[in-house]
This record gives sequence, structure tokens and C-alpha cells, in this order.
Amino acid sequence: MSYRDQPEAIRALVREDAVHRDVYLSQELFDLEMERLWRNTWIYVGHDSQVPNVGDYYSTEIARQPLIMLRDEGSKVRVLMNRCAHKGARLVSAVSGQCENRLLRCPYHGWTYRLDGSIRTIPIKSGYEGTSLADSPNSRGIVNVPHVENYRGFVFVRLSEQGVGFREYFGDSLTSIDNMVERSPEGRLEVAGGVLRFMHDSNWKMFIENLNDTMHPMVAHESAAGTAKKLWADKPEGAPKPMAIEQFLPFVNGYSFFDQTGVRIYENGHSYTGVNFSIHSNYSAIGEYEALMEKSYGTERARAILGEVRHNTVYYPSLTIKGAIQAIRVVRPLAPDQTLIESWTFRLAGAPPQLLRRTLMYTRLINAPTSVVGHDDRHCYRAIQAGLAAEGNDWVSLHRNWTARERTELAGDYNGLSEVSMRGQYRAWQQFMAPETRP
Amino acid sequence: MSGAPDLATLTQFVYDEARLIDEKRFEEWYQLFTDDAYYWMPLTRGQPDGDNHTSLLYEDKLLLRVRIDRLKNPHSFSQHQASFCQHVLQAPQLESANGEGTGWVMRTPFLYLESQLDTQQLLTGVCRLHLLQLDGRLRIRLKKVELLNCDAALPSIQLFP
Repeated sequence: MSYRDQPEAIRALVREDAVHRDVYLSQELFDLEMERLWRNTWIYVGHDSQVPNVGDYYSTEIARQPLIMLRDEGSKVRVLMNRCAHKGARLVSAVSGQCENRLLRCPYHGWTYRLDGSIRTIPIKSGYEGTSLADSPNSRGIVNVPHVENYRGFVFVRLSEQGVGFREYFGDSLTSIDNMVERSPEGRLEVAGGVLRFMHDSNWKMFIENLNDTMHPMVAHESAAGTAKKLWADKPEGAPKPMAIEQFLPFVNGYSFFDQTGVRIYENGHSYTGVNFSIHSNYSAIGEYEALMEKSYGTERARAILGEVRHNTVYYPSLTIKGAIQAIRVVRPLAPDQTLIESWTFRLAGAPPQLLRRTLMYTRLINAPTSVVGHDDRHCYRAIQAGLAAEGNDWVSLHRNWTARERTELAGDYNGLSEVSMRGQYRAWQQFMAPETRP
Repeated sequence: MSGAPDLATLTQFVYDEARLIDEKRFEEWYQLFTDDAYYWMPLTRGQPDGDNHTSLLYEDKLLLRVRIDRLKNPHSFSQHQASFCQHVLQAPQLESANGEGTGWVMRTPFLYLESQLDTQQLLTGVCRLHLLQLDGRLRIRLKKVELLNCDAALPSIQLFP
């Protein structure tokens, strides 16, 4: 069966409360996801603090497109295709660096480009006299990604020429980024502390779905967080907890805790858990941080910013953030059963260094290739990937707390244990994979 | 006082430490560490510390205890099947001593294999054990493992390189 030319077959994979197993298994659907979903939506590239100076670059790959994010002569962040206009060689191969003499130079034949992608020099250019090079796409320099948005430092691209606008696509879900930025007394974030790169042998959607799945921590993470809890069980009530214990314990909170945290759904697959409170709510206060925040924002506003303690916000399909602790995870699908998850952390400009240390510890304990929590998540994703090969039941259940309201008005607040965030993701998936054609 | 260990004793300690892990004698292994010890696997080359930059591992004894106890938990699902590991050590070298006969750093290049049923991963790097003598026994103050491919996208590493 071929899905490519059968939008109705793709649409049939998504029911209002279930999804067909092919969405995780099929190579063809993965290829179509890269062509349709990942090119027509807004995908996170990187943070502008990764390229602080003119000529700084960071390279990555999105939807099979090799990209360079760089700071151009006007100090603007630009995203270029990492491809020489001549024979197609990748121009930069290091993950990050500084363009020598503020030029991109191809390592093969030495064509050089300005930071806006235009050609500066071609060696022995006279060799092109009398040829049609000047009329060819090869003379137009490096292809610029047409749609780039730098939202408060977070750089997104939409690779397709036509499509949904940035604000329309993310809507009010951007308030989670706002909250993360505003947690800096100076209103500024800087990438800090390195990047943990964790390879998963499972479909990218399992990871994205899991980020707002509140029914799994007490089961999947019983061995990790439950062990930490046991180690702390004989300590007197109110004894100051080591940071690691403070971070592990909420993972084994009960169902009612997670139900009451709430989940907020936006259009286009975005959502966050922790509408009312979250696993990050009861961390110990850090030194003079609150005072610094009050000085910058005033007491009332500072309290409002710090009182907003969202858990994971999913910026479908490529980014999840934890504003409350300045950590993000970036999703890079590589194959139907291979996904790279990168965990990045941020320094809050003007905040005490303990805040960075706290997020570094969290991301190490939870998101590293050595993380005991990460081990169990990764194991479960892999178990799904393997288990879905089973025939006799093609459907993955997303029924929990479904209500008819979702048919007409999906956006809004729901109980935390609901699987509504996943249903919202698949509604967006369906819309971008097989748009409804209107007569 | 002539109780300081000689080079052969220090070297044997390095081999024994790796062997305790490979044989999954984690309780005995845990006892090798001082109360203020750290087990550190940096994320970058030449990383100055484990507090202000993230690491692959930066575990105090409490976190090591969580890790060891978790492995005993039948609900450690990522250990179905169980993982096994093997250290293959190059001859350890005494890299430095504090001169007072109370502290030593042993440097050991290694290969580390971790297997789980049909998959086996190979890591390599250099391990430094910062040792001191406490109550007549050698103990580890810091185990620092610098992986050759610390910046690679890695799958789960579930045991102890």
C-alpha cells in the first residue's frame, strides 16, 4: 500500500481517540513526515546565544536538510542551506565555529560567500566567460532558508515557501518561552553547560507523546525515583533534601497529583502540563534570586513569573521546554526507529550560578545517556517500537478522558491525566500530512 | 610510618576495582569510595568541573547508591534483559603522588564493553583514580572517566565505565 498519493489513507490512520501503528513503523510515512510535517511547520534550529558574534555559526540538520545558523554582518541570525552553490559540498562540517574572515569558503574548490550567502569570489572566474553560469541557480550563492523567526532568542525555521505563519502556528503556547526568558532578571538567556546527545532506537513521536504523558512516571520510573524515595524514607519530616532527591521524588507522586497539575492544549499539536503546579513547584529557594527578580520586575510581577511553574511544553514537533528550570530538548528524527534527542541548558542572565547548577543536575539525572530515568523511558519507547510489530491489533489507544468537546473545541484546559495532548498532536499530524482539500 | 602502598599495590587496586564492576559485586565496589567521593564522566574534553557544566555522570555516593539499589529492583525495566560489562585495561600508571605518601593518581587507558542480549557497545577512554589511604585501606576519592567519544550521540550506558 502506498500512502503518498492517497491522502484519505493517511487520514484514516488517525481516529479521534486512536492512531494506527503504521505511523510509528512505516518508512514511507516517515519520508512523508519529513517532506510534509517537518517542512511545513516551524522547527527549532537553535538559540541565538550559540552564535553571539558576527560570523559565528552552528550547523545542524532538519528534515534531511543540512543547515547553517549564523550571525550575519547586520548581526541578524540567518539560516542557510549548508551546500556550496558549485558542486554541492557541505560548506561547514564542524558543529560550531567562526567563519574565517567573515566568509564561508568551500573546502573543495574555494568558492567564497558572504554571510548573507551571496558569492564573493570564484577562483579563475574567467573560466566561466561565455558559459551560462550567470543564468544558472549556481550563480545565486547559498540558498537562504526563506522563513526564519528569532523569538526571544529561540530560532525557528519553516522550510517550505508557503505555509502557516509563526505566530499563527504557535499562538499563546509562546507564553512558555516568555516565562523562561522572564525568569532571567535581565530578560535574557544564554546557552550554557553543554549539550547531552542521547540516541534513541525508536520513533520520534513516542518521545514527543511522552513529554505530556503523566500516567507513566509512577510506573516507568518506579525503579529510579522510587529507589531515591526509599533512600530518603527514614529521614525526619522537613529535613533539608539534597537537590538530587528533590528532583527525583516528584516522579513517583501519585495519580491525583499529576491529574491536578492539569494540561493545556493549543492548536497545531502544542501543549503543556503543569497548568496549576508541577513536579518543579517545590524546589528550595535559591539565595538572593527572588530578591533580584523583584528588583527587576517589581514584587507582583516577579511573583507571577516565578509562580508559573509549567512542566513540559511541547512545541510540536521539534522542541520541548522546561521553562521552570531552563532546560530544553530538541527532537531530530533520523529514521522511523531512530531519533536523536539533544538536551540543552541555559544560564539566566543576571541570576545566581546555583540556578544553572540546578538545571545541569536535572538534565544529567533525567536526560543523559547515563540517566536512570532516561534508561527506563528509552526502554519503553523501544518496547513500543518492537511490540507494535504484533499483528491482530493495529490501533494504539489514546482514549483516556476523551470527551465530545474535543471535536469542536480542542484548545483549552483538561485534567492532567488525560491523553488529550496526544490526540491534539495527531490532529495536527493529520492536518499537515494530508490536508483536507476544500472544494 | 611505612604503611604507604607500593606501586604494585596501587596497580592491583586499579585492576580489582574494574573487576568488582565486571563481576557485579557493586556493594563491595561501593565500599571502595570515600564518603565524599565522586564518580565523574565529563561531557567535554578538558572540562574543568562537574558543577558548572553538565557531565555524562557526576555522582556522589548518594547517587551511586540510587544506581546500585535500582539495579536490584525487579522493576528496572531497562534491565530486562540484564546488561553485563567488561573492562579491558591497559597497564595502569602512577601519574602523580602528593609526596607525603597519602595520595596517588592512577591513570589507566581502557576499553569498556557493555552488552545487553544482542547488542554490544564499545567505549574507550582514560580512567583516573584519585586514591588515598583511610584506616589502612586504599579508597577512591575521585573516579574520573574521560571517554574518547564524549561528544557523540550515545545510546543508554547502564553500568559503570
